[in-house]
Amino acid sequence: MKKPAILLLENGHHFKGFSLGAIGTSGGEVCFNTSMTGYQEILTDPSYCGQIITMTAPQIGNYGVNPEDIESDKIQASGFIVREASPIHSNYRANQSLDDYLNQAGIVGIQGIDTRSLTRILRDEGAMNGIISSDDLELSSLMQKLELVPEMTGQDLVKEVTCQETWTWVGHNSEHSYRVVALDLGIKHNIIRQLAENDCEVIIVPATTSAEEILTMEPDGVFLSNGPGDPEPVDYAIETVKSLLDKKPIFGICLGHQILSLALGASTYKLKFGHRGGNHPVRNQLSGKVEITSQNHGFAVEPASLPNHLKVTHINLNDETLEGVRCKNRPAFSVQYHPEASPGPHDSRYLFKEFIDMMDTHAKKN
Amino acid sequence: MPKRTDIKAILILGAGPIVIGQACEFDYSGTQACRALREEGYRIILVNSNPATIMTDRELADATYLEPLTPQIVTAIIEKEQPDAILPTVGGQTALDLAIKLDEAGILKKYGVKLIGADVAAINKAEDREKFKAVMDSVGIDTARGGFAQNIESALEMVKNTGFPAIIRPSFTMGGTGGATAYNNEEFRELVAKGLSASPIGEVLIEESLLGWKEFEMEVVRDKNDNAIIICSIENIDPMGVHTGDSVTVAPALTLTDKEYQKMRNWSIKCLRAIGVETGGSNVQFAVDPVNGRMIVIEMNPRVSRSSALASKATGFPIAKIAAKLAVGYLLDELPNEITGKTLAAFEPSIDYIVTKVPRFDFEKFPTADGVLGVQMQSVGEVMSIGRTFKESLQKAFRSLEVGLVGLEPKKVAGRDLDLKKMRFATAFRLLKIWKAFQDGVDIDTLHQITQIDPWFLYQIQELALDPLPKLDSEEIREFKRRGYSDVQLAQRLDKKESEIRAFRIAEGILPTFKEVDTCAAEFPARTSYVYSTYETENEVTALTGKKVMILGGGPNRIGQGLEFDYCCVQAVFGLNELDYKTIMVNCNPETVSTDFDISDRLYFEPLTFENVMNIVDLEQPDGVLVQFGGQTPLNIANRLQEAGVKIIGTNPSAIDLAEDRKKFGAILDDLNIPAPAYGTAFTIEEASVVATEIGYPVLVRPSYVLGGRGMEIVYTEASLKKYVAQAALVSGDHPVLIDAFLEDAFEFDVDALSDGEEVYIGGILQHIEEAGIHSGDSACVIPPYQLLPNHRKHIEAYTRNLAISLKTIGLINIQFAMKDGIIYVLEVNPRASRTVPFISKVTDVPMAKYAAQLAAGKKLSDLNLQREKHSLIAVKKPVFPFNKFPRQNVFLSPEMKSTGEVIGFDTRLGAAFAKAEIGAGNHLPIRGTVFISVNDHDKQNAIDIARDFQEMGFQIMATHGTTEVLRENGLIVQAIHKVNEGRPHVADHIKNGAIQLVINTPMGALAREDEYSIGRAAIRYKIPVITTLSGAKTAIRGIRRLALDDLTVKSLQDIFN
Repeated sequence: MKKPAILLLENGHHFKGFSLGAIGTSGGEVCFNTSMTGYQEILTDPSYCGQIITMTAPQIGNYGVNPEDIESDKIQASGFIVREASPIHSNYRANQSLDDYLNQAGIVGIQGIDTRSLTRILRDEGAMNGIISSDDLELSSLMQKLELVPEMTGQDLVKEVTCQETWTWVGHNSEHSYRVVALDLGIKHNIIRQLAENDCEVIIVPATTSAEEILTMEPDGVFLSNGPGDPEPVDYAIETVKSLLDKKPIFGICLGHQILSLALGASTYKLKFGHRGGNHPVRNQLSGKVEITSQNHGFAVEPASLPNHLKVTHINLNDETLEGVRCKNRPAFSVQYHPEASPGPHDSRYLFKEFIDMMDTHAKKN
Repeated sequence: MPKRTDIKAILILGAGPIVIGQACEFDYSGTQACRALREEGYRIILVNSNPATIMTDRELADATYLEPLTPQIVTAIIEKEQPDAILPTVGGQTALDLAIKLDEAGILKKYGVKLIGADVAAINKAEDREKFKAVMDSVGIDTARGGFAQNIESALEMVKNTGFPAIIRPSFTMGGTGGATAYNNEEFRELVAKGLSASPIGEVLIEESLLGWKEFEMEVVRDKNDNAIIICSIENIDPMGVHTGDSVTVAPALTLTDKEYQKMRNWSIKCLRAIGVETGGSNVQFAVDPVNGRMIVIEMNPRVSRSSALASKATGFPIAKIAAKLAVGYLLDELPNEITGKTLAAFEPSIDYIVTKVPRFDFEKFPTADGVLGVQMQSVGEVMSIGRTFKESLQKAFRSLEVGLVGLEPKKVAGRDLDLKKMRFATAFRLLKIWKAFQDGVDIDTLHQITQIDPWFLYQIQELALDPLPKLDSEEIREFKRRGYSDVQLAQRLDKKESEIRAFRIAEGILPTFKEVDTCAAEFPARTSYVYSTYETENEVTALTGKKVMILGGGPNRIGQGLEFDYCCVQAVFGLNELDYKTIMVNCNPETVSTDFDISDRLYFEPLTFENVMNIVDLEQPDGVLVQFGGQTPLNIANRLQEAGVKIIGTNPSAIDLAEDRKKFGAILDDLNIPAPAYGTAFTIEEASVVATEIGYPVLVRPSYVLGGRGMEIVYTEASLKKYVAQAALVSGDHPVLIDAFLEDAFEFDVDALSDGEEVYIGGILQHIEEAGIHSGDSACVIPPYQLLPNHRKHIEAYTRNLAISLKTIGLINIQFAMKDGIIYVLEVNPRASRTVPFISKVTDVPMAKYAAQLAAGKKLSDLNLQREKHSLIAVKKPVFPFNKFPRQNVFLSPEMKSTGEVIGFDTRLGAAFAKAEIGAGNHLPIRGTVFISVNDHDKQNAIDIARDFQEMGFQIMATHGTTEVLRENGLIVQAIHKVNEGRPHVADHIKNGAIQLVINTPMGALAREDEYSIGRAAIRYKIPVITTLSGAKTAIRGIRRLALDDLTVKSLQDIFN
């Protein structure tokens, strides 16, 4: 009944557990997420492309999965690790168990391991590659397979998750006051939903779309989405943003924030184990208020590299990393965390309104 | 923003005595608040009438008042101390109500005192149902549908909105009586009509029924910069309809999607803002319809609550401490997260374990209570457990309860048939019945239909119930351990001894791993001292270095074992710290100060079972283990620990056993020439008759090996003896019934002393106000004794010394004495901490438990140089009872303890001390009006003087016909009234009509007490004090005289002892 599975880490450490989801072998960068709810949103978040996610909360799958709580059209993570997955689901919206969901999508997972121990390894030694297998329990052959898993740094994962063609979100309204072009670096649906709720028509374009193409769509503002991995290899998007600066109001989230910062001359670096969860405190430097934020990133913008014309607007209270910037002389701002949440707290939704305000102001000026 | 500098002195209001629904969690929160504000440099004035609290240790405040929590007394304190602010949010509902009364009376304004942490408008908005609903409506938060109706037409209009079933509640009826559920229109009309007439203002509340909805709680903290965070979500396994205090609950919530959770989070914060809770902690309760996810807010508490104590322990986030700091102006991002040491308090804890809370009930103490749980809380305590999975956590919780359970399974698996239909009523052990039902093959759907418990929880229980028998195989045993099975459970399944399973585990390396409670799911390295056990691959905890002593705590609160023992455990920590020992605390009670991770050097939040304690001993290798402070709990396993080679320090457990062994103890008494009541033991009814006749009636009978006075009774006749023995045989099985001579009409004394094995220090002698035969925990007591001759005192002291030394006591010893006809008898000896230790410690300013721990660690009494402060104060200890929660229960006291807590009355005069104790206990001693007197024949002679005193003080007297006759013969003016069975109007009618202000009613041997029951019930409902002994009545007269003078004064412990 229970099929054995194994997780092998790059540092040689391994965990024996039982299979979850599909039978097979899957590698990626192993990271942990401390959110206690929202596993379905996490699994479908394109920012997790190339990653194996460990949930620190031990009981996962209790409320099953449903057709609504998705952040993209498929599971994006390369693997899933939990302490105990629930075989049954209990929620009025649920239509499937977690195990079936993973299985159907061919996602390999493992359960029954000491996820806290794994988290401590990742915390102390940093995020590292790992491999889960339920069809090859041989450590030496797994190690060989693990060596083939590419390093996160330097990889362009955006091209894996960006849309192939431009598309427009069909929301409840057909009439909108604003048109926003969203550069899809791996966009979460809830960002689009938030923009739509704020009276925006949202046109989602592939990451490689040029500035000229975007401008021909006559947007009121340009949105730079979240996305997976290292921002530096995504040079085409950085170039696009450079050309859009000063022309249109720009709002970036997560990878979009890093791309904007790079376009403005800042640099980025890889965090030891990243921020992934729904409880990270961020202080808004302008209001002095603390927001509990949803986060998911392995890279960050180096504060020392910020040009003078960029103002720090948000700081992470846990480790004082940079969480938000705003141009002093241009209509552009971005945050490292996820104001759209999903999963996570809704404390920062005001940022979408600020984007709207920025578009209004910009429209008046011109 | 830094702390407020416009405030220098803060008055903190405590919660008063332990009652059902308000227990020692407020000692925990109050203690935290005192420490938190004191370290900020504020002058702390504290008032609490509960002497068993840590918070009233005089080191914790600058001025500590052990005084009643009434507007009058607190006004006197305000006048004297001139505080700038009052913190009313850490003393439960008592403190909040008191703050409102002080505001309404204009006291706050008069003395220029600000409320901090809450304001009156916010409290009113939160507490008034109608206002609360209106505020929630105004911000778009859904509440239960319905409203108030003054006539049938508007009620019918409302029920269209609520649908059926509908709840009808008449407004302003006593104790919420008259509430009912209507399932159809016809029934509805009928019930509304009834309700309208039952309500004194002709109004009913019509509400939709939430039965079967899922229930959740959110613990929210907000600062004055409007930063708001959720500390913890809690999910009740028992659905709506059961008080959350009586529900089995888990943290975090386990069956909510992120969408639902975030909506709940948003509403919680919105609710705090709308109600206007500017700073501090609050608790918001939700109901969710499982069918469509509709969510409503049920209520919110704008203060630290029982749930916030649980949330603090469940997450490691000290809500009360942080709330106190926020109240003086700090912001969340200015305060550190002390568990990680690196991050800030502005965050939301993420936990990587499952916490389960299970309530503890004492229904066996109240045999007329039906055991069905409802909207009124009935549990007397609770346990919490931590496991990596729900199954593990649940099993640990059930064996923490100390009711003989070894995990989530009934004691006897075979034999009993389940009545599935009855399972729709929530009861104390319904989860065990569900387990059994699964074993019997019932499916999840069926049980869900019956119980409405979420299928996810049912599934988990089903998995446990259907676990196959294990094989004695390494992998398999490991998997069972991971599902929370105890060694005892495995032993039973494998037909082995517990020791064999333990040996097998150790040989196979199946050892528990200890994990930290770190608030952050291991995201950051923590410097936490708070840990729990589980069966995983990595152990994170290494043994403390240096000299260390382990203290076993008291487990769940129950009647007879509560806050007093936690006080002793915490004092022991303080004592050992002074000697540079590191301390290891083991306990599973989330309400306590001992389980505050700030108290000991390491806290193991674990069941107090042999297995769990041995696991910790194996890891820590402590230099000693203390078992004398945690009440009966540690003693249950002390012998086994000792046999396993654990070094018990202090009095040897064998001495504790010796004192329990009738024969051996009798020999010691004989040796020491100490009188004791004649006693005997009997196995059969015949033997019992012989023994009792030899001893002479009345006799005190009890089953052996049953503790806390359980099943103890005074028996006057052979017939009732026989009846008793027949029943007791059922209780104690093969054990004998113990029969003691009952010293009727004796005075009783309690002595607490310290000994180092060579010398003895007598902490104090307490004299009971109630007569012999009432459990010492239920008797009002006075220190110093109010009627004790010097030579009797000498005897008591000498007996105490001799007994302490011959039992080789090292630490605390408690002895109960009785005095009859000039002879001092020893009734009971307990060479360990007693319930009265905190009381005596407070009154004498000698922290006995602290010194006891030092003696156990090797100090001598001569090193301690104990000197009792000389002062002329008298202290009265008065118990409080939960009878109002069990309305069908009689209010008579007996050898079986029934009180839940106690208050102190402290003054220079006995009358004033007694009056304060009565006030503190919530009894309204009248200074005028009518006293009703009904005494048994034995008491008639002595009742005359008492009646005369009342008459001289201006009271009218009513009495039963028998009593009237005696009183009239002695020249008193008495109105004779009927007993309940003599026709109407009878005494209960007079009570209900407000014609009686005080009842003096002494019990009549073992005769049927139907009459007294109804008097008692009426008295509880109409809050009329009932005095059941003549010695109590005499003291009450002194108290009433003092009250009539209206000159109660207040004095702080610091004033008295500095």
